[in-house]
Amino acid sequence: MEIHGIKDILSGHPVFKDFDEETLDLLSGCGRNEHFKKNTLLYAEGDEADKVYIIRKGDVAIEIAAPGRPSIVVESLHAGDIAGWSWMVPPYRSSADARAMTEVSAVSLDANCMRGKCDEHPALGYQMFKTWLPHLTKRVRAQRLQLLDLYGTG
Amino acid sequence: MDVSNIQDPMLPRRYRVAEVWEELDDVATMSLLPIDGPPRPFKAGQFNMLYAYGVGEAAISISGDPAVPERLIHTTRNVGKVSAALTRLRAGDMLGVRGPFGSDWPVEEQKGRHMLFIAGGLGLAPLRGAICQALADRLDYEEVSLLFGARSPNDLLYRSQVAEWGAFSGANVEVTVDTAARGWTGHVGVVTTRLERILNGQDHANVSAFICGPEIMMRFTAQDLVELGVPTDKIWVSMERNMKCALGFCGHCQWGPDFVCKDGPVFRYDQIGRRLAMREI
Ligand SMILES: Cc1cc2nc3c(=O)[nH]c(=O)nc-3n(C[C@H](O)[C@H](O)[C@H](O)COP(=O)(O)OP(=O)(O)OC[C@H]3O[C@@H](n4cnc5c(N)ncnc54)[C@H](O)[C@@H]3O)c2cc1C
Ligand code: FES
Repeated sequence: MEIHGIKDILSGHPVFKDFDEETLDLLSGCGRNEHFKKNTLLYAEGDEADKVYIIRKGDVAIEIAAPGRPSIVVESLHAGDIAGWSWMVPPYRSSADARAMTEVSAVSLDANCMRGKCDEHPALGYQMFKTWLPHLTKRVRAQRLQLLDLYGTG
Repeated sequence: MDVSNIQDPMLPRRYRVAEVWEELDDVATMSLLPIDGPPRPFKAGQFNMLYAYGVGEAAISISGDPAVPERLIHTTRNVGKVSAALTRLRAGDMLGVRGPFGSDWPVEEQKGRHMLFIAGGLGLAPLRGAICQALADRLDYEEVSLLFGARSPNDLLYRSQVAEWGAFSGANVEVTVDTAARGWTGHVGVVTTRLERILNGQDHANVSAFICGPEIMMRFTAQDLVELGVPTDKIWVSMERNMKCALGFCGHCQWGPDFVCKDGPVFRYDQIGRRLAMREI
């Protein structure tokens, strides 16, 4: 029952919408529904990136903590967004904290399971990188703009 | 603009400051009343040359509602000599005003379309009149949206009015900041990260976008809109260049073949997009 629900969620998501039935079945096997209370961490900086989350409901803050200073929110994620891209790239460690700003419902995909499926089915691995990379490059570009401190003088 | 009906466009008219609002640490808004005659009508997106007596002149956009020309409203950030003097003015003080000058946001022409305003930082000031105008005729537009980006929650301009536009005036408002302390529950990320969301489920070919903010922000935002399928001739941006005469005489504001004071400040993207990406001009 749950697997079915997860497959529906994946097939409705822009990152997975072009995957065929068989692939979605494979990936759904790595997924489960999760819920987070407000203010709890989905993952912390330095943690093993063992899951990737597709946020279904609620808001998540990506935070960076610096010693002696309060944490800074550098990005916010909302329904439909993906948290935990580090699962794709070695050394598979989270590069920031992800904190639930509200109650959050998400589908998590087990990173080991996903990587295993990609190793077993290279075509799936290739498709995965091809569809995910544009999302990653978009985020890198957005972060470059953020670094420019765009509006400070505008 | 047609300056033939202005007797001497180089001569500032006297205005008195009626009210001042401290918006941010370095930004103030003032409303002005004319001393030398009736108020001049203006169009959203146009600017005035404000003369701080004894200090000098600066181009400042008109940020009031064109339907209320008797209240001339300007929002100024203190970045130098003249703007510092302008932000120091208090109720009762006098200043000189030349204008209005320049091209305007073609608000009326977008009726029937999804009107998307995208502002970065102080860029909300030149858009405010256009937003008021669209919201006054809200039902004539398929949708009215505002995407507003600022450096941090403390740098959000016109805070209560933006909230009001979202809550009561039928606008779909999204505010996003570059960084925030924990506790801020709004969006964090540059405006481009919100474009897909704000246009979700819409016919992108039916979107008209007015963008105002720092040049790099306008460049990247316009590029992303085009990528999403918004027509290049349905995107407008507002440019800034140093100004002196504001009349197309002195050449100070030249930008490629155009004078920003006379051919702009509002330009259609398909006519200037390539130039926006050039670093030499
Ligand atoms: C069409 C148009 C509309 C404008 N509308 C507004 C407005 O609504 N509100 C407003 O505050 N300003 C606006 N400006 C910008 C304003 O005209 C300039 O900031 C002006 O140079 C201020 O004069 P100043 O003597 O205070 O500073 P200057 O002595 O000219 O500049 C001092 C320092 O500030 C830097 N600087 C100049 N302009 C800017 C800028 N725009 N942003 C950041 N740094 C700058 C200069 O490089 C210099 O280092 C507009 C400009 C144009 C062309
Ligand atoms: S300011 Fe003189 S030509 Fe534009």
